[in-house]
Amino acid sequence: MDTEKRLNELNERLRYVRDIFGARENENITLLATKLGDFQARERTLSEPERIRALAALEDLFAFLEKKLEAELTPMDKVRIVRHPQRICLKDILENVYDNYTEIGGRDEHSIDPAMLIARAYITRRKGKKVYNQPVMVIGQEKGHGQEFRNGGSVKPWGNAKALHYMKVAEIENIPIHTYVFTPGSYPVEDWPGAAQQIARNLYEMAALKVPVVSVFSEGGSGGAEAIGLADTRLMLSHGYYSVISPEGAAAIESGIRQGQRAPAELIETCARRLCITADDNLKNGYVDRIIQEPALGARVDDYGFFKQLRQEIIRATDEVVLSVKGIKLFRAMALRRRQRRGAPIDAEAIYVRWDLNTAARERLLSRRYAKFMRLSRHAFLDKRPAVKKACSACHDLGWSLYSFFRYDLWRKHHRRIAHAMAEMGAEVDVVKERVSRPWRRIFEKLGGGAAVPEANVERLTQLSAWEADGDAAEGDTAWRYVSPRAAEDRAVTCPNSEESGCLDLWAPDLFGDFAGVCSYCGHHFPMEYQWYLFNVFDERSVFEFNAEVESGNPLDYSGFDAKLEKAKQKLGRKSACMTFEAKVKGVKVVVAMLMAPFRGGSVGAAEGEKFIRAADRARKKHFPFLAYVHGTAGIRIQEGVNGVIQMPRCTMAVRRYIEAGGLYLVVYDTNSYAGPVASFLGCSPYQFAVRSANIGFAGPGVIKETTGLDIPPDYHRAYSALSRGHIQGIWDRRDIRNNLYQSLLTMGGRNLYYR
Amino acid sequence: MLDVTKLLEEIKASPYQEMEITAPQTGEVTFGGLAVGDKVVGPSGEFREKPGTTVATLTRERNPRPIRATQKGTVMEIFSDLEGTFVETGTPLVRIRHYLSKDEVQSAILRKALHLFRAPERAKYYFTPEVDTKIRAGGLESVHVREGMEILIMSRMKREAPLHYAGPDGVIYAVYFSPSQNVDAGAPLIGVCPPDQVALIQDVVVRVQTEWSEQD
Repeated sequence: MDTEKRLNELNERLRYVRDIFGARENENITLLATKLGDFQARERTLSEPERIRALAALEDLFAFLEKKLEAELTPMDKVRIVRHPQRICLKDILENVYDNYTEIGGRDEHSIDPAMLIARAYITRRKGKKVYNQPVMVIGQEKGHGQEFRNGGSVKPWGNAKALHYMKVAEIENIPIHTYVFTPGSYPVEDWPGAAQQIARNLYEMAALKVPVVSVFSEGGSGGAEAIGLADTRLMLSHGYYSVISPEGAAAIESGIRQGQRAPAELIETCARRLCITADDNLKNGYVDRIIQEPALGARVDDYGFFKQLRQEIIRATDEVVLSVKGIKLFRAMALRRRQRRGAPIDAEAIYVRWDLNTAARERLLSRRYAKFMRLSRHAFLDKRPAVKKACSACHDLGWSLYSFFRYDLWRKHHRRIAHAMAEMGAEVDVVKERVSRPWRRIFEKLGGGAAVPEANVERLTQLSAWEADGDAAEGDTAWRYVSPRAAEDRAVTCPNSEESGCLDLWAPDLFGDFAGVCSYCGHHFPMEYQWYLFNVFDERSVFEFNAEVESGNPLDYSGFDAKLEKAKQKLGRKSACMTFEAKVKGVKVVVAMLMAPFRGGSVGAAEGEKFIRAADRARKKHFPFLAYVHGTAGIRIQEGVNGVIQMPRCTMAVRRYIEAGGLYLVVYDTNSYAGPVASFLGCSPYQFAVRSANIGFAGPGVIKETTGLDIPPDYHRAYSALSRGHIQGIWDRRDIRNNLYQSLLTMGGRNLYYR
Repeated sequence: MLDVTKLLEEIKASPYQEMEITAPQTGEVTFGGLAVGDKVVGPSGEFREKPGTTVATLTRERNPRPIRATQKGTVMEIFSDLEGTFVETGTPLVRIRHYLSKDEVQSAILRKALHLFRAPERAKYYFTPEVDTKIRAGGLESVHVREGMEILIMSRMKREAPLHYAGPDGVIYAVYFSPSQNVDAGAPLIGVCPPDQVALIQDVVVRVQTEWSEQD
C-alpha cells in the first residue's frame, strides 16, 4: 500500500516536471520517465524488500535530477510553475504558516469575488511561559488549485475594493497586513467601481496606510499585483515572476497578431526572457527586497519545510519593518542585523517584537515607505546632464524648498493670522461706524445729497451686455494660436457619426482650423495634436519647460527597442513621452505634466515616472496647482518591464504627498488613456475630466475579449460611458478647455494653493 | 380572410428582396474589385459594430467615402458605366438581392395578418389584473379585445394610468413586451387578430419554421 502511494507520488512528480518544461525535450526527463517505466514494468516480479530498495533509489534519482533540472529552468518555465494547479496557494499558506485564521469577506464561491481572499490570522509566539498571539490581516489572491470560480486569481474590481476595505480595517485595528500576490492580472471590466479606478484607489490608500505592510510575490501580473503590492517590504518567492505584462501578451504585441490568434511559442519564451521577470532580475533591479528560496522546481502543496521557512521570513520581515520605525529597538534591531550579516539560519521567533505602532512610529513608517519607493528605478532612465548642472539643479530645488518653508509655512501662517484678525477688527469698526453715522447720513440725504452712481456703472447695470473680444486669442473661435497641420490640406472629411447624425462633410481647413477639430453638426471631437493644447490652452509665452533632459532609456536592453526609441525621439524632438512645464491659465500659474501620445503611444516608463514625480514635487514646493494633461497614454511601457510598473506606486505616492500638502491635482484626459497610468496616478485624482474625444479604460476591447470572453459595446470606453460609470467628473468641449480649466482652478482645490 | 397558402406561395415565388444602394452624396464613384454574383454582408457583430462589405467608394474633395452593403445578399447588378464619373445624390450604384430569412418571412406575414397596438409613450406596461388573470387561466386567445377596452396599465415610476385599446376587435395573438422592461414610444405592445384566424396564423408560422430554407 505504502509503495503504491509512493509510486503514485513519483508519477505525479513526473507529470509535474513534464508540465513545467512544456514541449521541450530533455534527456533528464526522458531518463526519469524510462526509469519509472522500467520500475513499473518489473514491479510485480520484485520481492517486497527489493521493491522498497528500488523505489528508494528511484526517489533519490528524482530528487537528484529535479535539482539538475532546476538549473535549466527558463523564465517561461517559471511562469508555468506559478500557474500550475499544484503550486502553493494562499489557503495553503494560511493553513501552514499562520497558527489560526478566520476567512472573512466570503467563502469559496460564495464571495463577492472568490479570487480575492481575506483572513484575520494570528501568529503565536512563545516567550518563556508567556504566549503572544500576534494578529495580522492577510490579503491576497487565491488561485485555488485550478478551481474555475477563482478566475485563476484574476480579481474583479469589487474584489480589490473588498481588499481595500479590510486594509482600512487593519489600519483602525493597528495590526500589520500581509499581502500575497498570486495574480496573472486584474479582471479588466469597467463596471463600478472599475478595474482601473479601484486599483488607483487601492494604491492611493496604501501609499499612506499607517500599518506595516509586507507583501510576498508569487505571480505578480502588472496592475493586479500593484493593487495589493505596495508594501514596506516586498518578498518574492524564488520561482515566482513579477512582470508588466504576461509573456503571451508581450509576444502578441511584438508579433502584431490579430485577436484570437496565438503567438509562436518561441517568441513567448523570448519575451519572457527579455522582460526580466524572475525573482533574481527583480532583486537585482531593487523591486523586491529579498528572495525566499523554494525547493527545486517550485514549492508545491506538500512542501512543509518551505512553509516553515516562509513563516520565518514573514515574521522577520514584519519585525524588521516595525523595528525600523519603533522607539525602543536598539538590541533587537542589532540582533536581526547581525544574523543577517552572518548569514545564520533565521529563527525569527527568537526575538519578540510587538507589531502595533504608536502615532510617531506610524508617521515614520510612512516617510520610510515614501523614501523607499522614491529610490527605486533611478537607474532606469538617462540623465546626461553634466555633474555641475545636476548640482545646480539640486541647489535650485533646495532653494525652493527653503523659500517654500519660509514663504508659505512660516511667514504665511502668521501673516494669515494677522490678516484674519485685521479683517475681524475692520468688520467691527464698520458696524460701529455705520451706527454712529446713520443719523447724519439721513439728514444729509434729506438735504438732497448722497453719492451719485457713476454714469458708466448705470449703463453697465441697465443695458444688455454684449460679447466682446478681450484680446485673448483662445477666447474667440476663429483665432487659435496653433492650427493643426491637417488644416493645410485641401480636402473634405467625413464625420464618423454622419450615418446616424446626418453630418455633412467638413472641409479640413475649417474643421482642423476654425472648428478646433469639432464636427459642427454633431459635436464629434476629432483627435488633435498635443501642440494644440500647449498653445491654445495656456497663456501666450507662459510655458516654461523643466527637466527636459530626463531621457527614456532601455534599462532591460530589450532587443530592438533602442532603435525604436531613437526613432521616436527624432520624430518628435523630445526625449520622453512626458513633458513637464510651468504655465499660466488666465494668469493662474500651474505645473503641468503632459503625456504625449505620439511618443511610443504616450507609454510610461522610468523617465516619464521620474518627470511626473519631479513635477508633483515642484508643484508642492511652489504651491501651484498640478495638472496632468493626458494627451494619450497606452499604458506602462512594456519594454521597460517592472521599471515601468513600479511607476504606478511611485507616482501615486508623489501625488498623494502633493494632495496631502494641500494641493489641487487635476487630470484631463484626451484621445486614448488606458491601463497602468489610469489605474494609478491618474485614476487616483479626485478631479478627473475628459475632452469629448477621450476613450478611457483599463484594457482595450481586444484584451477584454481575450481575457474575459465578453463582447463589449463599441462605446464602452468613450468619455460619456466613463462619466456614466462615475470614473470622471465631467466632459469638456475642446473649445472650452481653457475656460473650464480656469473655472476648475477657481472652484476646486486644496487649502494651500497660493492664489486661493 | 387571410389566405395563408397563397401568401406563403407568393413569398416563395419571390423569396428575396431586391435593394438598390444609391449614392448618399455626390462624388466620383469607383467600384473597386466588385463583380456581379459576389456575396456581400451587412453590418454584423453583437452591436452591429462591424461594417458591411464595401461595394463602392465615392470621392469628393479628395475625401474617399466607402459605401457599404446594408444587408446580406448577392450583387445582381453593378452600374459600372458610372465608374470614374461624378454622380448625383440618389444615383443607383449597385443592386443587391437579399434572400429573406425565416424571421423576416414570419414578421412579413404577421405584419399583414395582425393589428399591432402600439405604446403611446416610453413606459413600462402590464395587463390589467382581470386581463392578466384571464391570460393565466386560458392563454392569450381567451382575451377578446374590443375598442375602448381597458386592457393595459402604463406605469412610469409609481405613476400609473389605464390604457384603452384602439383598433379592430379580436383576440390577442402575440405580446411584445415584458412587465419589467421599458417600452419605447411607438413600439408594438400586442398583436391582435380576428378569432377565426388564430389557427391559420399559427399554421403559417409553423410552416415557415419547417419549410423555409435559409440561403447563405
